[in-house]
Amino acid sequence: MPDDAIRCDACPVLCYIKRGRTGSCDRYGNHEGKLVRLDPHVVLDRALERGDSVVPFLERSRDWDGTLVSHGETFVTAIGAGTTYPDYKPAPFIISSQVEGADMVTVVTEGIFSYCGVKVKIDTDRHLGAECSTVRAQGEAIGHVTTSEYGSQMLSLGGVRHLTGGSRQEGTATCDALLNLCNGKAVELKIDDGAKVVVQAGKPPIVDGAQEERMRVGCGSATIGMFAKQWFGKVDDVVVVDDHITGVLSEHQAGKLLGVPETGIKLKGRRSTPGRYFQVAEPGTSWGGTDIEDPLTILGKFNAKKAWPGLRLLMVSTTGEQHAYFELGEDLKPREKELPANLKESVSRIKENCEPALCTVLFMGGAGGSLRAGVTENPVKLTHSVRDALTRVTCGGSPVYVWPGGGITFMVDVTRMPRNAFGYVPTPALVAPIEFTLKLADYAALGGYLENVKPLSSIVAEDDGRKRVTARADNPWPLESGAKKR
Amino acid sequence: MNNRAQIRMLADGRRLHLHDGPMDLIVEAFGAPCEIQSAYRAASERFLNVLDELCGELSFLRQPCCEEAEWPHGAVARRMLAAVMPYASQHFITPMAAVAGAVAEEILAAMVSAAELSRIYVNDGGDIALHLTADENFVVGMVERPDRRSLAGTTTLTSTDPVRGIATSGWRGRSFSLGIADAVTVLADRAAAADAAATIIANAVDLPRHPAIIRVPACELAPDSDLGRRLVTQAVGKLTSAEVDRALASGMRTAELLLRLDLIRSVALNLQGETRVVGAMVEPRRIASVHERGLVHA
Repeated sequence: MPDDAIRCDACPVLCYIKRGRTGSCDRYGNHEGKLVRLDPHVVLDRALERGDSVVPFLERSRDWDGTLVSHGETFVTAIGAGTTYPDYKPAPFIISSQVEGADMVTVVTEGIFSYCGVKVKIDTDRHLGAECSTVRAQGEAIGHVTTSEYGSQMLSLGGVRHLTGGSRQEGTATCDALLNLCNGKAVELKIDDGAKVVVQAGKPPIVDGAQEERMRVGCGSATIGMFAKQWFGKVDDVVVVDDHITGVLSEHQAGKLLGVPETGIKLKGRRSTPGRYFQVAEPGTSWGGTDIEDPLTILGKFNAKKAWPGLRLLMVSTTGEQHAYFELGEDLKPREKELPANLKESVSRIKENCEPALCTVLFMGGAGGSLRAGVTENPVKLTHSVRDALTRVTCGGSPVYVWPGGGITFMVDVTRMPRNAFGYVPTPALVAPIEFTLKLADYAALGGYLENVKPLSSIVAEDDGRKRVTARADNPWPLESGAKKR
Repeated sequence: MNNRAQIRMLADGRRLHLHDGPMDLIVEAFGAPCEIQSAYRAASERFLNVLDELCGELSFLRQPCCEEAEWPHGAVARRMLAAVMPYASQHFITPMAAVAGAVAEEILAAMVSAAELSRIYVNDGGDIALHLTADENFVVGMVERPDRRSLAGTTTLTSTDPVRGIATSGWRGRSFSLGIADAVTVLADRAAAADAAATIIANAVDLPRHPAIIRVPACELAPDSDLGRRLVTQAVGKLTSAEVDRALASGMRTAELLLRLDLIRSVALNLQGETRVVGAMVEPRRIASVHERGLVHA
């Protein structure tokens, strides 16, 4: 091979490209001895004192301070690194840097993930849809509703079945939705027989056109327990309406302990234990995640033997967003009255205790056999090394949770990653950055491509359109060992 | 699975674009929408494996073809070898001379077996495989030079014509040529056969040792070219009309031989604005506009 030609490894043709010429595809070329790429490659720059977010640093690194490099202050992410499908050869970048005297190696690649998806947590008590209901984007099935969590509804979106197992439209819609969610964009989702919800990582959900403000403080029963003392003496009974467990002060253990007398109140729904009721109404997007518009519809007739005219009743939802105050007339029927000032505080305290409702998006993917083969000749050793905590996995420089068990299946909060870290291929599949950092000696031990290891200084010195971004202060620095998390 | 390939519909919503490494195909099928969809899916699925298959046998496919050659394994590679085999005893040719046509043929075959369609074209960078059913036709535009989009003429292919493959070769195109033709367009029964024939005829349009022709060893431009140290044309100076005539006549002799051997159906040869036609069907004529259903053949 002539010395001024380079081998292009973008596709299996593996053209030798002479200086100033392009390969057989006309897309990759030899520019002054270097293979020319289009995407800027993101270098995460640790700026300890700087702000809380990742800021694109568009200018070339003309002010680069070489001493930072030797102190392990720069980390090359896999964003825009490209990949080497089918990964029968080393990952695009294998970079060594010195961290406190130890030679560290970071293997940087962009993984193409067919087996991937996002787990979405939507903080809302509103009913979004029944468990297992199909979630759609652009009319196509892209996932389903999974278990409800405390104050949140969970969606599981994507996955190989929707990406490549269905129609092309289904795959494309799924890929689109995942890409947008992972890159922090808003996506409108429709749940079969349920709500329409706009989801954006780090932003409040918008359910059927209404922006969610707060999470519930607790279930109805828990709310009774938390606020019983504050209500005692100011009101005769309180009903906290909740889709899960509706609480009644006078019957609840907390009321009993305070000596709240019986009020003859009667709730519809299935009684669980005293003062706690399941299924007082259908799930919905109104009071406490039920379909209740008029709270009185969940009450039966007051027991004339126990209730009394003038009995004061507060009905409130678990977020405090809905509330109504009643007093019983001579006929023992509730009549709505203005909320007395001394109760307003407790209602607003419920609100205060509700955290802002957000959507969170975790990308989840599995580093397959071929991707691992880009790191080492013996892929299972990489898995073991990750398992033994010798190798740190990061995603765009951000920390990940690696699932126990076989393989390298990980989750990452997309809001902790640099912007637009994700891409796609029209297969369709998602492209996500993934970096493996370990000691050089450990890398050698697991059969790494030592001959491909490049010093960091050679990467950051190359003036080829790499983008420097500031590391997030709340992310652990990828090159730092777990024991020394900041 | 191949994750490099880019598979998408073009903005017109009708044509499918397939891209992988050096392959770039435009596909259009005509028929019922559900049939078109099945055909596009079949094309995409087949396309995903083509480049890996080819590259698995690339070193063989870059070797000069000889009649005793062992047959390669891949379907596309077999189409390539079959297309160049007729020339093996007389000419230097490698199976790579038919790669574009063979890929087009293979994708077309996948579509035809997957769906009922009236017409299909698979255009692999100017080398085109066609499917035509009864009473259907294609209007094919032809260029004088592959690097320009202006049409030199059109020809209409009907279902009764045996032609199902079109290919163009010339030194201005993406692949190297040993000759000086701006464009040689061949109509043949199949795309791979047209591709191989166009290469052979374009190589024959030549003025050996003419001082106005700049030739460079192929390997100096692309170290792994299948043409090795053979001189490929990089520039052609202004030729006299007699020289143009002589070069075209040389190409026509080769074309007429291939025609008699039934390897091709017709040929249009272009050199510095002069066009010669061999065979019956091509009717070069200046046209004012491209027919709506036409293919721009560049």
